Amino acid sequence: MAEETKKRLAIIAAHGSLDAAYPPLILATAAAALDMEVAIFFTFYGLEILKKGRADKLQVAPIANPAMPVSIPNIVGMLPGMTSMATSMMNGWMRKANVAKLSELIEMAMEMDVRLIACQMTMDVMGIKKEDLLDNLEIGGAATFLEYASHDAITLTF
Amino acid sequence: MAVNPNQTLDCSGLACPMPIIKTKKAVDGLKVGEVLKMIATDPGSVSDVNAWTQKTGHQLLEHEEEGGKFVFYIKKTK
Repeated sequence: MAEETKKRLAIIAAHGSLDAAYPPLILATAAAALDMEVAIFFTFYGLEILKKGRADKLQVAPIANPAMPVSIPNIVGMLPGMTSMATSMMNGWMRKANVAKLSELIEMAMEMDVRLIACQMTMDVMGIKKEDLLDNLEIGGAATFLEYASHDAITLTF
Repeated sequence: MAVNPNQTLDCSGLACPMPIIKTKKAVDGLKVGEVLKMIATDPGSVSDVNAWTQKTGHQLLEHEEEGGKFVFYIKKTK
């Protein structure tokens, strides 16, 4: 497909839990495979996904999460260790279904030229340094993302 | 099967979105007119490969199911 007719996808990843990190990366890599142009803007807790060595250590909390396949009452979910337990459970389901690891999806996204934009403002607020994040990322602000999205992009928020 | 694939890609066991990502990479490596045989076990791949060929313009020549496996023959068109 000619460059100028490529569809654009602009994704916002604003959450840093295991379950929230998957959808933006799966959709971004799938879109790149569909010859779409893709950018993900990682903002607020979404930046966790981009921290060096962090992607495969993200967690999912059972507390206030009634959608977990194994329902865990909040009063139990608040006990120490329950978040790690829920996280190992979810990682186990992912492995069983042969879903790629988050680090693999990030690597794939980079390989397929998905623009990964780390939010500068969040980095300032949370004291995150460029060296804390993966190499070869873009760092930019809201305007960087919006300018990209303003060219007829489909926008998804997670 | 009348189609003779130039390359075979086995995506058995892989979940979304890996089959289409690997398919894209494999098709990128073919010459125009060549055919990729892709095997997947993900039931979602039936719909996804269709969508992928529609979006990219490559041609899905044939699709068959044999023993729980989905087999696709995709021709690179450009």
